[in-house]
Amino acid sequence: MPSLENIADIIHTWLNITFNSTTALLIELVIVAVSAIGLFSMLGLILIMMERKVSAYMQVRLGPNRVGPKGMFQTVADTLKLMVKEGMTPNGADKFLFNLAPFIVMIVAMVILAPLAFAKNFQLWDLNIGILFVASVSSVSVIGILMAGWASNNKYSLLGAMRSGAQIVSYELSAGLSIITIVILTGSLKISTIIQSQSDGWWIFKGHIPALIAFVIFIIAVTAETNRAPFDLAEAESELTAGFHTEYSGMKFALFFLAEYVNIFIVCVLGATLFLGGWMPLHFGTDTRFNELMDYIPSSLWLFGKTFFLIFIIMWFRWTFPRLRIDQLLNLEWKYLLPISMFNLLLTTLMAIMGWHF
Amino acid sequence: MFLKKYLQDIYYAVKSLLIGMRRTGYYFTHHKEIITQQYPDNKDSLSLPERFRGEVVMIHDENNEHACTGCTACELACPNATIKIITQIDTTPEGKKKKALNTFVYHLDLCTFCNLCIVACPTDAIKMANTFEHSVFDRSKLTKILNKPDSKIRAGIE
Amino acid sequence: MYRETDIVQDTSIEGDLIINVGPQHPSTHGVLHLVITLNGETIKKIEPHLGYIHRSIEKMCESLSYRQFIYVTSKMDYLSSHINNHGCALCIENGLQIEVPPRAQAIRVLMDELTRMASHQLWWGANAMDIGALTPFFHAFREREMINDIFEETCGTRLTMNYMVPGGVMADLHPNFQKRVKEFIPHFKSKIVEYDELLTDNIIFQNRTKGIGIISKEDAISYGCTGPVARGSGVYCDVRKLNPYEIYSQLKFDEIIETGGDCFARYMVRMREMKQSLSIIEQLIDVIPEGDFQAKTKAVLKLPKGEFYSQIETARGEFGVYIVSEGGTTPYRIKFRSPGFSNLSALDFMARGSKIGDLIAIMGSLDLVIPDIDR
Repeated sequence: MPSLENIADIIHTWLNITFNSTTALLIELVIVAVSAIGLFSMLGLILIMMERKVSAYMQVRLGPNRVGPKGMFQTVADTLKLMVKEGMTPNGADKFLFNLAPFIVMIVAMVILAPLAFAKNFQLWDLNIGILFVASVSSVSVIGILMAGWASNNKYSLLGAMRSGAQIVSYELSAGLSIITIVILTGSLKISTIIQSQSDGWWIFKGHIPALIAFVIFIIAVTAETNRAPFDLAEAESELTAGFHTEYSGMKFALFFLAEYVNIFIVCVLGATLFLGGWMPLHFGTDTRFNELMDYIPSSLWLFGKTFFLIFIIMWFRWTFPRLRIDQLLNLEWKYLLPISMFNLLLTTLMAIMGWHF
Repeated sequence: MFLKKYLQDIYYAVKSLLIGMRRTGYYFTHHKEIITQQYPDNKDSLSLPERFRGEVVMIHDENNEHACTGCTACELACPNATIKIITQIDTTPEGKKKKALNTFVYHLDLCTFCNLCIVACPTDAIKMANTFEHSVFDRSKLTKILNKPDSKIRAGIE
Repeated sequence: MYRETDIVQDTSIEGDLIINVGPQHPSTHGVLHLVITLNGETIKKIEPHLGYIHRSIEKMCESLSYRQFIYVTSKMDYLSSHINNHGCALCIENGLQIEVPPRAQAIRVLMDELTRMASHQLWWGANAMDIGALTPFFHAFREREMINDIFEETCGTRLTMNYMVPGGVMADLHPNFQKRVKEFIPHFKSKIVEYDELLTDNIIFQNRTKGIGIISKEDAISYGCTGPVARGSGVYCDVRKLNPYEIYSQLKFDEIIETGGDCFARYMVRMREMKQSLSIIEQLIDVIPEGDFQAKTKAVLKLPKGEFYSQIETARGEFGVYIVSEGGTTPYRIKFRSPGFSNLSALDFMARGSKIGDLIAIMGSLDLVIPDIDR
């Protein structure tokens, strides 16, 4: 059965036979870059469509249903519109930073893609500190947001950027702590090892209550980190019109928009990798027939299924809850999430030392 | 004690959030609750109540006769000068001079559909029609003449 | 040239951040312009600038006859247009000493309460949207749509009906009216539970509204607040109870009082008022008296020389109509006391010292309709 691993292998061997190794490497780099950009644009289209449909059904509406079959090409039409729109730069803006900011946000999202495993043995760069790499690079995106808010020369944007700064910096703590929980249980920062350690059961099942608490905190923290409702204070449509990207239009706005969705995708892949076993199929004890049936489903489908399930939960949050206020947002982090995750960390450490997990 | 309250707070908070999520989850899975009407598609089945105020029309019967005497009661009743009635003096076969309607000018662009003209009309010559798609490309098309060409007043209407 | 922002800039202290919220802003619900002086995220001062949708309705009414001017008032507080029209009709009937037939009175009360519910439903959705929950808005419109359909069937239009005329109502009830209202009552009763699930009980919503924008009873009175805003602070001010018009004195209903004085109290007042309106409708719908729907009036109305005032409870508070007549066919001077204007004046008092997010929550809880404020 063709899997992503096989396809990659076939291309690799064919390139190495046809060209010398340097050219083959260069061509592979180009292929990787193109497929990463392709994945991004596909994700943008699919996730925005998904969000619009999810919100529509929750709001007793039909949602987009005019362009293409069942409205499936609506986002394509929207993208086309954004591409041909004029990307304006306001007069008083810091032109260089203003134009740079969307690309920084986008590049950060692209760089995080590198250590993620999308299928069995299908990974761009399996470095030994994979999780640490993701956690550290993802915090760079706040610089892009601050840059956008400051350079726009708009008070709403500035307020949005400042909020976002405070928010992302504090929520990284609990996101990091819940990641560390799994690192303790696994004993490795390498993403492939983390996934391998879940071959006999996902951490959310194996890790008892601490893993469950860590999972819940992780979901809350990444929702805040990606500036999604109910933590969308950086945009806060009804308060700050559009927050840090108020002054952006055209493709520059689209990059921010795309980066938001790609970030959601990345954190959900991370969540699936850490807690739900990455590309590992669901196995039940010793029921070999069931396990074989599960193995038959390609590993990439497993990962995408889990990821989209998490994305749906985050969308569900957005379309149900009101927005928090900035001080309540920080209260939630510093008074509830952080103490709980600290306590949880202790519990996990104890559990790991005593070997209570499966 | 403090810890108990702390945990209780978390419990009730999470519970209230889950109840809200259950409600939106219900609507996400129950598509028959959707209330969207797809307007141009449902044009055939779209039925408006008979009292719906779409625009003012003059009632003409099959003999192309209307009931308007040109009394200008509607013109006086209108708050926005939507209606302008131009009258003429007709001579009846008996030789009597009589005021009659020449042109009933109706400015749809000024009309606010308050129904006061319909109420004011002593002979029920005008009524509100159900049409509501009034968009046109030229503003002058919104100035309408309500009495049809060559129409006459119905006999017996004073 | 006179520019408002220049003046504000001059009076401000250096280091303050001044933000213009509106006239185009998603949560001012119209063209309200607030000049906010901020210290970080904390509000130091709010200055509402009015007049962006001033259409000089009062002056316009002076050139219209007593039958015609009623229609214009439905463009003021367009969400309770029935009640505005009703107030004007009351004032004219008061001047002409017209006895309104009992059927017309019952119809008027039914329409008023339906309007109040429709208005509160829209407020509920918009308030939720201000606070950041987008889904309730559509759920609120689902119920509001049913009421609008009922209006459309009987009155002919959905928003500005011009159904109340001096002496009664313009047309009799549609034969389907009772059936449709009886369908609506159980539907709404089942949905108001969902309203609580989605918003009232939600911990985030409660945190956003409890203890925010507090106004005491004394302050509410001194700012002239009426309606749910004042009743949320414990002021008894329901005109339907204090100065009953039509058949309100014969109906059983409670004046809703909450004592919190914060956004949540105002929220709860409106939520409970919806249930009260529903109970009023339930009491009346089966016992609408038979008879005329309109008293016999002259074709041209002329109010006697003098001054006339009547007040009515709209969805936002007390709406007053003051007519000075010289005995002609048009009013000599007309003045409307709109509830939104007085409620807005308390905004600065309520929002000082709170955050920007709170300001939006407070504005949502005031239920402002800008054309009502500017007139």
